[in-house]
Amino acid sequence: MRAVIDCDEVLHVARLARLQLDEDELEPMARELSAVLDHIATIAQLDLEDVAPTTHVVADAMPTHPKLRADEPRDSLPREVALAQAPAVSEGGFSVPSPQA
Amino acid sequence: MSETEIIGLSAARAAAEIAAGELAAEELFEAYRARAAGHIAGEGLNCFTWVAQEGTGEGTAAPLGGVPLAVKDLFCTEGVPSQSGSKILEGYLPPYTATAVSRLTSAGASLLGKTNQDEFAMGSSNENSAYGPVLNPWNRARVPGGSSGGSAAAVAAGLAPWALGTDTGGSIRQPAALCGIVGLKPTYGAVSRYGMIAFASSLDQAGPLARDVTDAALMLHYLVGRDERDATSLGFPEEIALPSAERLDGIRLGVPKELTAGSSGADGEGIEAGVLDAFEAALGRAEELGAEIVRSVQLPHAPHALAAYYVLAPAEASSNLARFDGVRYGLRAEDPKDLLDMYTRTRHEGFGAEVKRRIMLGTYALSSGYYDAYYGRAQRVRTKIAEDFRAAFAEVDFIVTPTAPTVAFELGEKTGDPLQMYLNDYCTVPMSLAGIPAISIPCGLSEGLPVGLQIAGPAFSENRLLDAAHALERELGFDGSQARL
Repeated sequence: MRAVIDCDEVLHVARLARLQLDEDELEPMARELSAVLDHIATIAQLDLEDVAPTTHVVADAMPTHPKLRADEPRDSLPREVALAQAPAVSEGGFSVPSPQA
Repeated sequence: MSETEIIGLSAARAAAEIAAGELAAEELFEAYRARAAGHIAGEGLNCFTWVAQEGTGEGTAAPLGGVPLAVKDLFCTEGVPSQSGSKILEGYLPPYTATAVSRLTSAGASLLGKTNQDEFAMGSSNENSAYGPVLNPWNRARVPGGSSGGSAAAVAAGLAPWALGTDTGGSIRQPAALCGIVGLKPTYGAVSRYGMIAFASSLDQAGPLARDVTDAALMLHYLVGRDERDATSLGFPEEIALPSAERLDGIRLGVPKELTAGSSGADGEGIEAGVLDAFEAALGRAEELGAEIVRSVQLPHAPHALAAYYVLAPAEASSNLARFDGVRYGLRAEDPKDLLDMYTRTRHEGFGAEVKRRIMLGTYALSSGYYDAYYGRAQRVRTKIAEDFRAAFAEVDFIVTPTAPTVAFELGEKTGDPLQMYLNDYCTVPMSLAGIPAISIPCGLSEGLPVGLQIAGPAFSENRLLDAAHALERELGFDGSQARL
């Protein structure tokens, strides 16, 4: 497991996360993430060969898994309520800039 | 009744006085409203981000009869600002109310205000709020803990009788400890998450911050229940009762060495001496009540809990916070040149430093090539941690630890080192990963500041847990009145 992340990798991850980072944020971010990743690296030493990953930590251990509700269509928010907090609206929908300038 | 007498009433006591006709709900509400209004927008302790003009529960015959309730900002409240401590949600007015809140208001609680918090509940000091830090009422140069710091400080300072908080890795228990009040994180799934602005969905749980164990039980009584709008909610197999135990005869309290080791020096790990002293003194009192202290109990994977947590919680956060993109609600950057520019600049301007850090960490852990090494392994560690607790509970009734490794620290003391800040959660994160209930009660002072005792039990053991906490609370006789302004 790699424990050190450099500025190039920080930029790559920021792009994946749709986060803009200023030039002066890169080095501190790389340093802080590296410190945390270094701490996290301790779990690489554990033998977890036959261990199942957790899904719902409480329900996983219950003898009968609770049932989910039936997946049936139902009323949701009225359109005007859903749009009420939007920064920009047009023609009854959310308005966004063009994908390509 | 004088204002001092009114403010001195617990929530349960106030509800009883109202029911008996000894106190008017309007009078109670106004006493708290007037006090809360002095601690908003950078004033006073800065506990609140919004305070109601008037109560909503008056005149109802409902059991909570108009008792005011402070609610952490991340709970959606219809038509009332719900900003989760973030600039990206400044002024956001949700179109619906969180189930946890509506269950309490349906029982007669009256929304008093929304409380300040770390942005998106990411923090252990309440210094990550876009609305400024909350101050600790015991010492205003110190942090109240986090992320439910506004809720904890408001209750400790007598600005609210009780408050709703959320706990992902310790965010109810740790601020309760640092402010000298009671905080309970319920079993994962006991309380609906519907309408809570999500941080880490597999860990987030709502719960009470209260002045005493009885109030915590009273709030929990109304909070629990299955909600079909939260697919992970399980409800609760029995009614939550008000605690009555006065003894701990036959109760076995496990003290895991993994979570109770003393601080060894500059690395920031381990429990500081004053906290350990208060913890050990509390164990002595528990023995006097008939409890047996069991020091052989082990949680071998607990030392890895923090590492697993700081994979899982940021991973889930990076996914949950993808919704803040300037499209449907909240902030949108000015004059975006195209769609991608709108996304990246909106998130750049709207998120604070810690939120960005966790989104980065989570995105990294989930990115191609790293998923198995980080997220996959962390979910397996989580399974082992839950197994450790189940094995321990075959030997003991409860696990006890200090709630936090230190007392309230100074504002700014740990902001420069994220890992040091994360170590605040060392004793609380294992229970979060295991999904089990845990309560923090004040057990004494160190350096004149409150120390919290954490008691954790198996899933759905809340009634037994509250009883044990009640017996200990009586014996310890902690007096928090000096923090009340």
